[in-house]
Amino acid sequence: MRKSYQGIWTLAALAVAFSAFAVTGFAGEDKFGKYQVGELRTGYTYSTPETRAMQDDDFDNPAFLWVDEGEALWNKKEGKAGKSCASCHDNASASMRGVGARYPVYNKKLGKMQNLEQRINQERTEKMQAKPFKYESKQLLGLTMFVRNQSKDMPMSVSIDGPAIPFFDKGKKFYFQRRGQLDMACANCHVDNPGNMIRANRLSQGQSNGFPLYRLKWQKPGSLHRRFRGCNKQVRAKPYGYGSDEYVNLELYLAWRGRGLPVETPAVRM
Amino acid sequence: MAKARVKVPKSVKKGQAFLVKTLISHKMETGLRKNKKTGKKIPRKIINKFVCTYDGKEVFSSDWHPAVSANPYLAFYVKATKSGPMNFKWTDDDGKVTKKSVKISVSG
Repeated sequence: MRKSYQGIWTLAALAVAFSAFAVTGFAGEDKFGKYQVGELRTGYTYSTPETRAMQDDDFDNPAFLWVDEGEALWNKKEGKAGKSCASCHDNASASMRGVGARYPVYNKKLGKMQNLEQRINQERTEKMQAKPFKYESKQLLGLTMFVRNQSKDMPMSVSIDGPAIPFFDKGKKFYFQRRGQLDMACANCHVDNPGNMIRANRLSQGQSNGFPLYRLKWQKPGSLHRRFRGCNKQVRAKPYGYGSDEYVNLELYLAWRGRGLPVETPAVRM
Repeated sequence: MAKARVKVPKSVKKGQAFLVKTLISHKMETGLRKNKKTGKKIPRKIINKFVCTYDGKEVFSSDWHPAVSANPYLAFYVKATKSGPMNFKWTDDDGKVTKKSVKISVSG
């Protein structure tokens, strides 16, 4: 039963992907280079050339203002322990390479999944004995983007084995669960309709590999959970909180859906 | 809060025009938005003037208005004359000034 269910979705995704090619005039598989792996395409491939150009050049990408700030925070000593991130982890380009690509991970102590933002805050409170950053604050966004940027172009590879299995199943269920007054699941847009317009916006496959990203509409960077909340509100459902278990599980499932796509953080989107 | 980034080529030939790219973090509050809870207008706070000086002269300046996006990006060409500092100045509505200086090295 479960297998055939999955099969139907794959078929649907395939059909939509091909029709999207026809509609938008995209032809050939190689056109998107590293931004496409098999049927998976990052949001980059659905963006306008202008938005892509902003992301392509590290200087033109406004998110780097926040990444620079994250780098400064990496080296800044804070808290009672008198430590900075760099005190233990030294050079981020070596120590953090690949870390962003495998989050969220299962945390034994918490007994649940933990994403990168939560990990940073855990390190701050436990190792540095400093105050945690507020979710969605420019400090936490900057530091998260800085850490994840060290894994740029590495393939997304979360582990969904062992203790992560029940959380993965919850995330998957969330993805296909219809919700809100509009009675829509994530899959109704991002599996059934990528490439099609939803009012003035073009739907993508909803991949998470570029987060946290700079969104032109927000005029600042935002986390994946901010995006989740926006999506939930748009189907007129009550959004969950920043860093809530529901969203972290969904983050795990999404990362698995986009496995193999390159980490793009910080991406630029409309 | 404002943080600026400037990018210029490592070295340029004398007489040649080179590209200067600038980016600054700023909210650029237009003054037209309202606070959703109180209904009061959020006061305007934008950068209204940008000036670039090089070789003792003002080589580029522009007045900005509320339609300019947040985190404004500006790029322009300047002709290389001699090595030295290139200074940038962004002036806020409240008079606050953000400054940045980069070295230009001219060969030939």
